[in-house]
Amino acid sequence: MGGKPGLSSAMAPVSLKTDYFNLSFRNFKLKTKQQELLIRVTALGLIYVLAFITRLFSVLRYESMIHEFDPYFNYRTTLYLTEKGFYEFWNWFDSESWYPLGRIIGGTLYPGLMVTAALIYWTLRFLSFAVHIREVCVLTAPFFASNTTLVTYLFGKEIWDSGAGLVAAALIAICPGYISRSVAGSYDNEGVAIFALLLTFYLFVKAVNTGSLAWSLGSAFAYFYMVSAWGGYIFIINLIPLYVLVLLVTGRYSMRLYIAYNCMYILGMLLAMQIRFVGFQHVQSGEHMAAMGVFFLMQVFYFLDWVKHLLGDAKKFQSFLKITVTCAVSVGALALGVGMASGYISPWTGRFYSLLDPTYAKDHIPIIASVSEHQPTAWSSFMFDFHILLFLFPAGLYFCFKRLSDATIFILLYGLTSMYFAGVMVRLILVATPAVCLISAIAVSATIKNLTSLIRTKSKIPHTGSAKGTSSAKASAKAYQDQSLPFQRNGAIALLVGAFYLLARYAIHCTWVTSEAYSSPSIVLAARGAYGGRVIFDDYREAYFWLRQNTPPDAKIMSWWDYGYQITAMGNRTVIVDNNTWNNTHIATVGRAMSSYEPEAYEIMQSLDVDYVLVVFGGVTGYSSDDINKFLWMVRIGGGVFPIIKEPDYLVNGEYRVDKGAAPKMLNCLMYKLSYYRFGELTTEYGKPLGWDRARGVEIGNKDVKLEYLEEAFTTSNWIVRIYKVKPPSNRW
Amino acid sequence: MARSSSSSSSTAKDAQALIQSLRSAYAATPTNLKVVYMAIVGSFPFNSFLSGVLSCVGTAVIAVCLRIQVNKENKEFKDLAPERAFADFVLCNLVLHLVIMNFLG
Repeated sequence: MGGKPGLSSAMAPVSLKTDYFNLSFRNFKLKTKQQELLIRVTALGLIYVLAFITRLFSVLRYESMIHEFDPYFNYRTTLYLTEKGFYEFWNWFDSESWYPLGRIIGGTLYPGLMVTAALIYWTLRFLSFAVHIREVCVLTAPFFASNTTLVTYLFGKEIWDSGAGLVAAALIAICPGYISRSVAGSYDNEGVAIFALLLTFYLFVKAVNTGSLAWSLGSAFAYFYMVSAWGGYIFIINLIPLYVLVLLVTGRYSMRLYIAYNCMYILGMLLAMQIRFVGFQHVQSGEHMAAMGVFFLMQVFYFLDWVKHLLGDAKKFQSFLKITVTCAVSVGALALGVGMASGYISPWTGRFYSLLDPTYAKDHIPIIASVSEHQPTAWSSFMFDFHILLFLFPAGLYFCFKRLSDATIFILLYGLTSMYFAGVMVRLILVATPAVCLISAIAVSATIKNLTSLIRTKSKIPHTGSAKGTSSAKASAKAYQDQSLPFQRNGAIALLVGAFYLLARYAIHCTWVTSEAYSSPSIVLAARGAYGGRVIFDDYREAYFWLRQNTPPDAKIMSWWDYGYQITAMGNRTVIVDNNTWNNTHIATVGRAMSSYEPEAYEIMQSLDVDYVLVVFGGVTGYSSDDINKFLWMVRIGGGVFPIIKEPDYLVNGEYRVDKGAAPKMLNCLMYKLSYYRFGELTTEYGKPLGWDRARGVEIGNKDVKLEYLEEAFTTSNWIVRIYKVKPPSNRW
Repeated sequence: MARSSSSSSSTAKDAQALIQSLRSAYAATPTNLKVVYMAIVGSFPFNSFLSGVLSCVGTAVIAVCLRIQVNKENKEFKDLAPERAFADFVLCNLVLHLVIMNFLG
């Protein structure tokens, strides 16, 4: 009696267990569609996380801080926004920069990035996560990079199919061209702007494909976000009209296009004009006229279409067409001509004109030419930033041309124009990256699809062959297929393995590039010491905090414009010029002061109320981005406004030297003196003479520097930043 | 405008399309009047002038889009429900007028 229940109870759990296993097994055997969905969602989730964590190298190696120069300004404004609220921020006049002019910050910045970070900060605070605003700022860019991969997936799905979308998302998650401007700590406009750019394009292409008003409204909002985030919105407002024009010219005019473009243009333009920095440019600036022109052209096309529908007679319509088209074109050209001639429509500004004519900036606007990111791109940069995508790009173009539709025409235009601009300016590789990733993804996806279908058909055909009839034709055909198939299958497998190998090398390259080249904060420098250990140079922050703690609160600091943002953000002192570079004459004044002899420079500094001068010097550490290397640009910019400064005075036979053979004006100008003060007593390297400049690799010419109107206030531990105090005028009696 | 009325008379559509065609005719005329008025008065303040002009242009354009979507003769919009088209129209107009009100200053 006791055993039986025991036995039955022992049996029961076992049978229950097997039942349970059978049940779970049946549950796990999903249908193909669900399996595919699971794979897709998992892949997207992994890509999302990957895009975030690959950008965290510098946070792990150094600390969570803001990099470079521009992000410090963005950080300072975000801090102000979170402390004082939106109304104060929108109407902020800053008297701490561009002394004595000040800067209307509310009206001269793109608020998208700051408002985004502030919103994230307030949301996290509301959910009672006590985060500091700096952490939010540092991690904003990687977060938006992850969001960009999602939008890329949707965009790829719209253009080609979901497989291409997945590949595009994976490619753009690790592509160095995008990572370079969106690492953790690079709190700059582009981090958010690329997300907005892709979102606008995706929503617009979706609107053209479906013709619904809701999608065009969405794209207008995305365009508004883009305008609020970055000055590169000019690219959108010119690419979309160009795309519409191409569609019109190739005969693809349709109602959907009409609805999509009109709604997006009107609403987008209205929304964009809410940003004070943009203002009325959409109706007044030459760069935006293309959009307006295409808008009127669309109305003409609609009108013609309607007349065609009404008339129903081909001949009358042809003559009517000719008259209307000539009228419309002449009226448009006349309006444009009158607008430009009378000056109402301003011509293309120098920044964007130099994209069309790359030699323009060098001759006319030295400040734009001096920025290293504005130089033309070398081939090595392309290879560095794109790797295998560079040759997948033409392959993808071929696939796009094979299957032309409204969406693929768009991605073709985007890819070609952005590649042209990327060739003109290094910084614009960033804008080309999404297009290159998408087009390469099309190539990869289509090729892999063909290859795998080749592998799959081989296993199918013998079955169908045997199922079908036994006629001789069929048999011979089957035999022929059987013969060529082994080669096909092997070839396909080999090619697939090759493709996977290439993609694996791409991933390795991207991670290496991110780790080595794009994760340096630029404000903290690192080098290898004598025994292989890592040496950190934290001189910049040391100097700025010295300024913050040891100078009077209303002290004014003169330095070259590169460091302006950092000084105001970390040193909390007033600066004369900063990275905004909106006033060329002011910068030229500083440049003139730096390149003059000490007495003249003292006069200029008195007129600007300067209390301290800050220079960056790399002679002791071998740091090559110091002010002596940038000095020629100071001379050029100063000389552009004040003809008394002539560049040949500082060169010897066209050569820039700081050693004994240097020009006498060079050896005695203020910048030279401030950089090399007391340097002649220093031994920097074993076996080299005193005063050996490690950055230039020469022994300096003027070792005995005496300062008359300034005195040394502070030099950082590795001599990278040197601060001098301007002496007040001596007593007259 | 004539197209919509011809289609409505030929296919005996409901009165909605007729009302919309009238409304679009109404929406188009103020633009010209407003431009003439502004040309007389002068364009200061510019943002108010722009918002007035663009409000008229915007409403006209969106109304045209609605008519296109609702019109049964257009093959491309066969499977778009008229209620959805009207909802889109209302939404776009709402956004347009909110922005105009902000822009008026």
